[in-house]
Amino acid sequence: MTHPLRGQSAIVGAVDAVSPTGSLDRTASQLEVDMVRAALDDAGLSIRDVDSVISTSGMMASLDLAERMGVRGRYTDTTMTGGSSFEVHVEHAAAAISAGYCEVAVIVYAATPRSGKNPFAGGPSMGGDLPFLEWDLPYGFGLPASSYSLAARRHMHEYGTTSEQLAEIAVAFRAWAAKNPNAYRRDPISVDDVLASPMVAEPLHKLDCCLVTDGAGALVMTSAERARDLRRSPVYVLGAGTAHTHGMSISQMPDLTTSGAAVSGPNAFAMAGVRPADVDVVELYDSFTITALMTLEDLGFCAKGEGGAFVEGGRLGPGGDLPTNTNGGGLSYTHPGMYGMFVLVEAVRQLRGEVVDRQVAGAEIAVANGCGGVLSCTSTIVLGTESTL
Amino acid sequence: MTDLPEIAPAVTLETRPFWDATAEGRLILPRCNACSTVIWYPRLFCPSCASDDVSWVDAAGTGTVYSFTVVRKGQGPFAPAAPYVLAYVELDEGPRVMTNIVGCRPDDVTVGQRVVVTFADTGEATALYRFRPADR
Ligand SMILES: [Zn+2]
Repeated sequence: MTHPLRGQSAIVGAVDAVSPTGSLDRTASQLEVDMVRAALDDAGLSIRDVDSVISTSGMMASLDLAERMGVRGRYTDTTMTGGSSFEVHVEHAAAAISAGYCEVAVIVYAATPRSGKNPFAGGPSMGGDLPFLEWDLPYGFGLPASSYSLAARRHMHEYGTTSEQLAEIAVAFRAWAAKNPNAYRRDPISVDDVLASPMVAEPLHKLDCCLVTDGAGALVMTSAERARDLRRSPVYVLGAGTAHTHGMSISQMPDLTTSGAAVSGPNAFAMAGVRPADVDVVELYDSFTITALMTLEDLGFCAKGEGGAFVEGGRLGPGGDLPTNTNGGGLSYTHPGMYGMFVLVEAVRQLRGEVVDRQVAGAEIAVANGCGGVLSCTSTIVLGTESTL
Repeated sequence: MTDLPEIAPAVTLETRPFWDATAEGRLILPRCNACSTVIWYPRLFCPSCASDDVSWVDAAGTGTVYSFTVVRKGQGPFAPAAPYVLAYVELDEGPRVMTNIVGCRPDDVTVGQRVVVTFADTGEATALYRFRPADR
């Protein structure tokens, strides 16, 4: 039986802004409004059509942004799950639109860690009696790479995964970035380059770690019915799933080598009625090379523990069997702190067939996987073109 | 490279007994009286069976390295201490705790290594539980 929400809503506007210098020289609030306007323009809609504003950059973020734009909404969402927030927003908006709570939703993100204030400094999420502050922080847990390196080490111990295999991921995404004029890092790299880059937290090298850049993006979603009358080819939400295993303490992660994508992925695929083998292009959250490797396993593109061998031989890169992170990913394209927005924007672009050098020919089904916190919350969105309905 | 800083944890009313014990050089753990689960991180509620009948019990203070990293680039007060070992130690009672491995060179740490607790006084009536190799 077809899931009742399958294909009932669509992404009809998708834009992002990045900079070759890494800096955008606009405030985050300015960028949010810029992005909303550009995404609505992309869709052929106006700000007056919007009845839902969804955003996550601070206390009552969506209300302030709506106020700034003169929107009085009837559905809102400020769910904050770190880098997977935007996939969660798409899931929520799909449900809300299908239920009639709203008709045109905008989802927006902007952050300027390179030119401006660090979005993770202060902020409402850091107060209170967070277990993280009591049980992790005193041991030097200051750099995200440290916690991900614990996962990488354990993966190596259990499955024999090697640094060379992790490096293959960075090399493949850089090869895609070389085809993307907007990517921050475009010079080709080799496995040896990754291994020769400075060690940040063993076994992760600098080139195993994502960038720090400014960046912004927005999506517009509406019902499948309304989507067909708009400017662009709709990209339909076929399936969605979310799973969280722990909060900000990676010490609470039940299994360091398995992310929530092992749950959110199969649920999203089941809702969409597709299998991993049906997927033409994968866009996933690559905060670190290990994040990408675990995600591919958890989504079912290969068995648990076989990710290392799976990514060898350029499988993820241009010309490979499984085109992945075709914009260059968080490792080479952009990473303003929460990369999940760009995962979705690139998936939409691939399904519209609108990118040039890096277009995956005939792409009809894409998977966008967000991963937020410290491997804490994943959200998987399966997207498809008209032909997949 | 300097010694690791002794950062005082953010103690709460609920976890005060745990930290008071560390100041006396003892590691205690909350254990569920309903289902016997040893709970981590410490809280007076059992995430396995939802009971709030929880008691503090003495831990052996021994465990095994489950995973670790050698941090080469520390942040803030940890910057001068790098390289240092951040590890996830599985206590013999079951829980896995975030900690540091001290008392050996970073390159001598391995997954599966047996370790013993050692306490570092923060000067604020608490002590951090760190671990050193059991064989030295
Ligand atoms: Zn219990």
